[in-house]
Amino acid sequence: MIVIDKLTKSFPHKDKQGKQTEKLAVDGLSLAVRPGEVFGLLGPNGAGKTTTIRMLTMQLKPTAGCIAYGGRDIYSPGEAQRVKNRIGVVPQHVNFDQDLTVGENMELHARLHHMERAERQARIAELLNYVELTDVINDNVRRLSGGMKRRLLIARALIHKPQILFMDEPTVALDPQVRRRIWDLVRGLARDGVTVFLTTHYIEEAENLCQRVAILNKGKLSALDTPANFKEQLGKFTVEWDGENGREYRFFGEKEAAAEFAGKQEAAGGILIRPTNLEDVFIELTGHKGGL
Amino acid sequence: MQMLYDTWTVFWRDWVVLKRRLTKFILARMVAPMLYLVAFGWGLGRSINVGSGSYLDFLVPGILALNSMNISFNSITPVHAERIYHKSLEEYILAPIKPASYVLGKVLAAVLRSLISSAIILILAYAFGAHIMLSPLMLLVLILNAVIFAEVGFFAAMKISTYEEMSQVNTYILLPMSFLCGTFFTTQALPGVLRLVIEALPLTHTSMLLRSLAGGGGAEWLSLSVLAFYALAGFYLSHRAFAKLAA
Ligand SMILES: Nc1ncnc2c1ncn2[C@@H]1O[C@H](COP(=O)(O)OP(=O)(O)OP(=O)(O)O)[C@@H](O)[C@H]1O
Ligand SMILES: [Mg+2]
Repeated sequence: MIVIDKLTKSFPHKDKQGKQTEKLAVDGLSLAVRPGEVFGLLGPNGAGKTTTIRMLTMQLKPTAGCIAYGGRDIYSPGEAQRVKNRIGVVPQHVNFDQDLTVGENMELHARLHHMERAERQARIAELLNYVELTDVINDNVRRLSGGMKRRLLIARALIHKPQILFMDEPTVALDPQVRRRIWDLVRGLARDGVTVFLTTHYIEEAENLCQRVAILNKGKLSALDTPANFKEQLGKFTVEWDGENGREYRFFGEKEAAAEFAGKQEAAGGILIRPTNLEDVFIELTGHKGGL
Repeated sequence: MQMLYDTWTVFWRDWVVLKRRLTKFILARMVAPMLYLVAFGWGLGRSINVGSGSYLDFLVPGILALNSMNISFNSITPVHAERIYHKSLEEYILAPIKPASYVLGKVLAAVLRSLISSAIILILAYAFGAHIMLSPLMLLVLILNAVIFAEVGFFAAMKISTYEEMSQVNTYILLPMSFLCGTFFTTQALPGVLRLVIEALPLTHTSMLLRSLAGGGGAEWLSLSVLAFYALAGFYLSHRAFAKLAA
């Protein structure tokens, strides 16, 4: 169980006049994630998702607030090593050792997590096979394509069988087939009891994968619920049409009401009635368009 | 035990990289000492009088000292790029290891490189006809010196944010020390205050110790203590700087 309580991070920041101020990247975030849950953190660029993950993974000290795994504060003395043994991290950016090959990068990770030789070799082979990188095991990481690097990041994070996996935009730049394979992998991990905490800009990904989704906006939690409940609350049916300022949307709980409204909008172009999706929820809550 | 294993892991990574480039590394390490030996040993040296013995014999310990400093420092500065640009330092921050293991592993890897280049210089110096006495104490001094400047490099890599500033450490700290710390001439030739400052620096003590040992003399305890102090202080500061990153 991950419990986050009033988590806050502020960075020193220069305002428009060049005056030194503080900027709240994460502002009093509180939430809890259940063991074995796939939890999604959504939010526009700069909302504070990466900052949150960095604090959850002990890469950045919170300004205030508290994080506990299994009831123990991760920043209490002597906890660091226990926590780091249990977590795996797929960062938003590529952070391989540029002087090492694919296989050596994997091996370094395994050694740093104290895995025996036989165990680490088997595990590395298995994971590279899963992400289809076996052929490049002896290539320098610089030579991989963008998507291959993303796949390697995911494989590396899994070597030591973490109980909690943090993934910061894990499927960015992946082709649709690979993305679906990664989704299968995440579902499989969750079935095995791994807690997955991910951020994404692909609303479809959150909808497909996450039991619950939190929407973060300007460092604050603006909503937290299951994808189904979000849609239910907004209205399961969406009417959209070409308005004066681009596409406009209205949401309805009942199909009849949506149809009736659409009927009155005959003059408008491109009128359409469809099921509400999580993207509609996201846009309503943040005023941003998510996804690509 | 765990800490030793983790230190080995960090060292292993550097060894993998060094092994791949060992020939290139050795060849590159020969260039600067050769130039020093030719220019100052053969060229200028002939007309320089340093009391007893040849200038070459005076010079070689100085070159050993300054080279050991430069190689050690420059072996560890890639950590800066790993922290700022490649972000590969994150792997170590996320790993269940003690920060001290990382610092120690990196420092030892720099010491290894530094010792390889010291060996190259000694071989070259013999080829140039220098008279140098080898001893275990000399090895100890070379190790201490390498440890100190690996720590200086490590600390700088933790604290400095841009590449330019990193190279300024070379320009404003290492380069003056290379010339002033008893390497090419004795510090007795320096004017009052400057001499006091220079004689407080670790490289000066390394030069003096190496020169005395190379000539068959003993090792000054004070100088050894000064080096040991710098090495310990450097470890403390490096460790603290890295531990701060690992929240
Ligand atoms: N090291 C830092 N120093 C100063 N400000 C920072 C730092 N890291 C993040 N910020 C600021 O904190 C805010 C949140 O950034 P963060 O990277 O967490 O956003 P994000 O939700 O991950 O965005 P994205 O979707 O673009 O990845 C931003 O305004 C950013 O400028
Ligand atoms: Mg981010």
